[in-house]
Amino acid sequence: MERHFQEELQTLQERLLEMGGLAEERVRSAVAGLAGSDIPRLTTVSGGDEPINELHIEIDRRAFQLLALHQPMAVDLRAIVAALKINTDLERVGDLAVNVAEAARRYLMHPPVKQLLDIPRMGDIAQAMLRDALDAFVKRDLDLAQHVLDEDDSLDALKSQIFRELLAYMVRDQATVEPALDLILISRHLERIGDHATNIAEDVIFMVSARDVRHHADSLPPQA
Amino acid sequence: MTDVPTHATHLPPRPTVVRADRDGVADATVKVDVQNLSFYYGAKRALEGISLQAQTNRVTAFIGPSGCGKSTFLRTLNRMNDIIPGTRVEGSARIDGQDIYAPNVDVVELRRRVGMVFQKSNPFPKSIFENVAYGLRINRLVTSKAEIAERVEESLRSAALWDEVKDRVHDSALALSGGQQQRLCIARALAVRPDVLLMDEPASALDPIATQRIEELIYRLKSQYTIIIVTHNMQQAARVSDHTAFFWMGKLVEFDRTERIFTAPREKLTEDYVTGRFG
Repeated sequence: MERHFQEELQTLQERLLEMGGLAEERVRSAVAGLAGSDIPRLTTVSGGDEPINELHIEIDRRAFQLLALHQPMAVDLRAIVAALKINTDLERVGDLAVNVAEAARRYLMHPPVKQLLDIPRMGDIAQAMLRDALDAFVKRDLDLAQHVLDEDDSLDALKSQIFRELLAYMVRDQATVEPALDLILISRHLERIGDHATNIAEDVIFMVSARDVRHHADSLPPQA
Repeated sequence: MTDVPTHATHLPPRPTVVRADRDGVADATVKVDVQNLSFYYGAKRALEGISLQAQTNRVTAFIGPSGCGKSTFLRTLNRMNDIIPGTRVEGSARIDGQDIYAPNVDVVELRRRVGMVFQKSNPFPKSIFENVAYGLRINRLVTSKAEIAERVEESLRSAALWDEVKDRVHDSALALSGGQQQRLCIARALAVRPDVLLMDEPASALDPIATQRIEELIYRLKSQYTIIIVTHNMQQAARVSDHTAFFWMGKLVEFDRTERIFTAPREKLTEDYVTGRFG
């Protein structure tokens, strides 16, 4: 029974993964473009938002229709609500990849402030978090989702470290202010990408177990 | 891709699991308290050890596939099954602490206190007025004409029918629309001032607008009554009830706050049913 609905739900989830793949790829390109001083690659990232935007709209439409036409319950309801929220997070990740690419292009117009180590590390962690969050979604894997939540702290720590380090450069040499600010912005964008991956992982936990782990909601008193 | 199960063909037999949500149950007083109730049609056991509490001023919905026992269970609550020969009840059912199967129970009085509305509206072939007055007259609950008229109006108002029929209460009830007839039956049940209202698929024969009226009525009536409703329509259970019990093959599989049953049921069987993966 309900084969038709299950097929539609499956398609919705496939589209979401497609979007996740695109978002992930754009983050990878933006960070690689920065590390490899690859301006054409960065330009591609800046200009290529359209497929993600189209999927963003398509996924919302599909989810909205499934809610209206099938009035899903329980795990199906949670899956669709999660898909809607993950969709928004992925679209934001796409936007942040553009922000990273644009800041990187500005940065590359100046002499390098320093050898880039921590920013590529942040890029790796953010991408891994995103990939793991989407894997957790596909496999309905609570442990992997929890792992994503745990990873967020390391990203935050790196961002603070990068800020402190670049601040020292800026204080010493005024000429580094402009490019260093772009690096700080990039670290900020990568940290935000990690936040979106965290949101996705939280939605996966909600979808699979019906537990709301956001803002320690588990410890709040139950509603009447 | 995802491992969404598309169907559950082999549902394992499982013991009756009752998870009355303590948080939800503590917020009101218990009106109907059923403990370990089994019901037999001859040798066939139709209900197996049901334990469930319905609260005062709440709507409790029973859901489950056809033949799961939900209507049978509803009918044990005002002993409507007594009229079927060869039936037998084990366990206890209490209303306000009183065992309704105790030998000294006056079944007519029980059915006054525990009113019932059926799937198919069944007005008597009499006037609208007389349909509502009927229970008052045969039970001699009120005697003066003025009092009867007052109670009929009050009941028709409670059933949200008064404004539609006030100018023709002496017309035949059979001239009313299906939805109006069903609300008349609700008015008739309310006239004798019951505590508990049992509703067996009260809207399943009605169109969406009439169904919505019945659902709104249920919502408003619960401030005065304890309502227990059997419905095939899960969305209806979700819309109108505070607590939902899921029955399957004569067993109570899960009983919890309605919101919980439809968003995050604890039992796989319940989830399979509410998501349409059943059978």
